[in-house]
Amino acid sequence: MSEHPLLIAEGLGKNYGARLGCRDVSLEVYPGEVLAVVGESGSGKSTLLGLLSTELTPTAGRVSYRLRDGRLADLSTLSAAERRLLMRTDWGLIRQNPADGLRMAVSAGGNVGERLMAVGWRHYGQIRAEALDWLAKVEIAGDRIDDDPRAFSGGMRQRLQIARNLVTRPRLVFMDEPTGGLDVSVQARLLDLIRGLVSDLGLAVIIVTHDLAVARLLSHRMVVMRQGRVIETGLTDQVLDDPREPYTQLLVSSVLAA
Amino acid sequence: MSEPILSVAGVAKTFVLHLREGARLPVVSGAGFQLLAGECVALGGPSGAGKSSVLKMVYGNYRVDAGHIRVSEGGEVVDVATADPRRLIRLRAHTMGYVSQFLRVIPRVGALDVVAEPLVGDGVARAEATARAGALLARLNLPERLWQLPPATFSGGEQQRVNIARGLIAHRPLLLMDEPTASLDAANRQVVVDLIGEKKRAGVAILGIFHDAEVREAVCDRVIDVTAFAQAA
Repeated sequence: MSEHPLLIAEGLGKNYGARLGCRDVSLEVYPGEVLAVVGESGSGKSTLLGLLSTELTPTAGRVSYRLRDGRLADLSTLSAAERRLLMRTDWGLIRQNPADGLRMAVSAGGNVGERLMAVGWRHYGQIRAEALDWLAKVEIAGDRIDDDPRAFSGGMRQRLQIARNLVTRPRLVFMDEPTGGLDVSVQARLLDLIRGLVSDLGLAVIIVTHDLAVARLLSHRMVVMRQGRVIETGLTDQVLDDPREPYTQLLVSSVLAA
Repeated sequence: MSEPILSVAGVAKTFVLHLREGARLPVVSGAGFQLLAGECVALGGPSGAGKSSVLKMVYGNYRVDAGHIRVSEGGEVVDVATADPRRLIRLRAHTMGYVSQFLRVIPRVGALDVVAEPLVGDGVARAEATARAGALLARLNLPERLWQLPPATFSGGEQQRVNIARGLIAHRPLLLMDEPTASLDAANRQVVVDLIGEKKRAGVAILGIFHDAEVREAVCDRVIDVTAFAQAA
């Protein structure tokens, strides 16, 4: 693991009018590291993910990101075009509902190829070959390449969303409850797939989940949020096996087996 | 005398149970001992004395309230009690291995890959890692027809052998073992005893909980009684 953080959040906060989204969150993510953000609904974890991925504008604090040239950039100083390029090339964003992250009326191959074209690929045969390769990596049969995702099951759609995001070899992937809403057996397959790809590609991941078993399986470190604040951080197994804060103890004791 | 691989000093731990009106559950206080390369040391004492907790604190799985847990890695000394999480992850990846009592099953990953994973993490080519994993599983008498299957449906003894193989396959100068032979028959217990002996001869320091008296006699050089640390807490 590298000694330089890839992403740094400092004193990050967001209010929705008088309502608090999250407050005073500081964290770092290093290359190749999986950081889980856990907490119940309304704890501010999705707001935090929105702030880190620049989908939301913070009311306080800032997010910095190390660009490929090694320069650490305050994301608020980048132009909209620069941020879009970052989103398309260096970052991935896996949404809970694949329909929000896919183009549902475009073929599976098109969904994967689109990201490649955005980074300058032009040769149709190469794009199709790369898309086929990625469909195989996420265990989608090659003969489904021309079907659009409306004909896919929930698990397949989520795997397609992963292929679409990873095809450009991002360095940082944001995941928002990637296994939420899927059957348990489908979840297991998806988790195993994500786990393998993350370690093979050396991805840094920030994953928001309310599922402590998912956090245990995928993450190295963990951040526990409550009422918009980070209340506990540490090694994932340490936070889950020896939780210190009352709320974390409640969270851990409330699941059957994490 | 050579430098210890592990040096524990003044370690104290109390669980605070916030869901039980903040009840305090003292585990140990003033715990201290050292381990040298090539020695195998058993944590002794009755059930509930805190043996597993001590092992988990050394691994950084439980946090400590006071004291130091110093592990030497190359020329550097890392204090597990205060190291930041990323340093601990590195320490676990290179220096400190843990063989738990139960296998934490990963969905869909076959036994052979479960065992090979630490070697792959060390940078060993997958083919070689898999071959070495197979050799170790064969030595532990795990039938070859099970190798490709995820261990979720295996018996307790089969899971434990997968777990031991995973814990022992890569070289780690410090090994922590929690009841490595609990669900094994006599023949497989003997294999584990032999494997531990080989680790010791390779200079590995082992700290473990061995309830089986025969195994303990066969592999351990001395016993540290945890009762004294527990009484002080």
